[in-house]
Amino acid sequence: MNQFLLKLSATQQIGAMFVLVFGALLLASIAALLLSLRDRGDDAAADAWRRELSRIDGVLRTSWVMVFVFWVGWLSGDAVTLVLFALVSFFALREFMTLSPTRRGDHRSLVLAFFVVLPIQYTLVGTRHFDLFTVFIPVYVFLAIPVVSALANDPARFLERNAKLQWGIMVCIYGMSHVPALLLLNFRGFQNRSAFLVFFLVLVVQTCMVVQYLASRRFKSAPAAPAISDSFAWRSWWTGVLAGSVLGGLLAGLTPFAPGQALALAFVACVAGSLGHLVMKALKRDRGIPNWGRDGVSVTGAGGLLDRVDALCFAAPIFFHSSRWYFGL
Amino acid sequence: MLAKLMSYFLLGLVRLLTGSQARWHGCPPKAEQRIYFANHQSHADLIMIWAALPKELRSRTRPIAAKDYWTRTPFRQWITTAVFNAIYVERERTDDQDPLQPLYDALESGDSIILFPEGTRGYADEPQPFKSGLYNLALKYPDVVLVPAWINNIQRVMPKGEVVPVPVLCSVTFGVPIQLDESEERRAFLDRARQAVIALRDV
Repeated sequence: MNQFLLKLSATQQIGAMFVLVFGALLLASIAALLLSLRDRGDDAAADAWRRELSRIDGVLRTSWVMVFVFWVGWLSGDAVTLVLFALVSFFALREFMTLSPTRRGDHRSLVLAFFVVLPIQYTLVGTRHFDLFTVFIPVYVFLAIPVVSALANDPARFLERNAKLQWGIMVCIYGMSHVPALLLLNFRGFQNRSAFLVFFLVLVVQTCMVVQYLASRRFKSAPAAPAISDSFAWRSWWTGVLAGSVLGGLLAGLTPFAPGQALALAFVACVAGSLGHLVMKALKRDRGIPNWGRDGVSVTGAGGLLDRVDALCFAAPIFFHSSRWYFGL
Repeated sequence: MLAKLMSYFLLGLVRLLTGSQARWHGCPPKAEQRIYFANHQSHADLIMIWAALPKELRSRTRPIAAKDYWTRTPFRQWITTAVFNAIYVERERTDDQDPLQPLYDALESGDSIILFPEGTRGYADEPQPFKSGLYNLALKYPDVVLVPAWINNIQRVMPKGEVVPVPVLCSVTFGVPIQLDESEERRAFLDRARQAVIALRDV
């Protein structure tokens, strides 16, 4: 089996990967459908079960959409992939800004963020200006945004408003743009296979998050920061991170890394992703909402996209830079 | 043809920028003759309600546009006539004609209308006191259903004086229809209608 896979060309290998992933999703969806057909009566336990099932259904639906997006991106080349990720950035930032009240003086800064910074950042990724794209937002935009805000002549809560904007840009544009940037990294002897790297990162981080969630349901240990998250506990966190890292080590064959390196990089990505998710939870608590979607649905119509991608937004830059640094690319 | 393309373009743009979510809280979307009345904070309000309505209702629901502003250039006139099928009203009262006459005509012919009873755009948190047009219409057409609506967040998309809109999620909440009670005073009814709109802010 392994020999057979190794003999395929890069394109065929990636194609085979998509067949596997679509197959797994199909199986999971069928299982969820069969479970939902079973009659469980009307008591409280059945109600809890149904809620759980609809949660799983939501996760499955997002997975379908994400895999489909990856697939379309892969079929149609790097440019389309970049546009797709730019759209994800756009929608995530839209959600972030909706729930971070801005004043009228911020209007031009918002225009700058959405219609200037976002396209430039993704263009820099697409044209492989790696040195510029890693500093464009932290260095140049860091100054540009407050200058535009200051010119709007409104000092009220100036630092707070600008901090929110900078944060939104860092997480939703800077963080997200590192995912397609992985596609353009050129590892020696790994040409045309960079799609595996994105797949590796997404799978490892998602596994870490899912295992962490399941473990927190099972262990019921005291949360580490109850005011921020009632599910984040060190024990379940370790379990999730370890599960993600071990999976990363096992998937080393997909990547240009040796198993030990893959394990280490997966570990780094999982730590960054899960802690980033915790940080975003703190932001949500500060705004008094359970997640970017729920309350969003009632007031703003936000779809909860940011909930699904926030771990990735934090994991991608760290994964990108640590692998670039380690392999001297 | 061009108008159709323009309406698709505007719909796409509004959805991309605001998500344009409709929340039917007090009544379902239904093909009956209605007056939708809402808070007014931005030029985009009109497009928001228009985009939030289902396609079938959109063609039968006409917004109201100030004649002096919206007929000043050929493009403005074209977009209000061909795309939105707007009803023009005079802002300056002339002696010989009731300014609401175009609205009466539209209601007579069976169309629904979108009304912003504040008259002008407001920038405070709460809408300004309602003008009496809504009362006159309710008095004259008791069978038309009056649906309050709250447009959330739209003032952040395009504040006054700005030309480039910014993406922020917005929603339109439609509430329980209200009715003009017999013997209800003009002011009391208008205040009640205003409260019905404000109440939708927090649902």
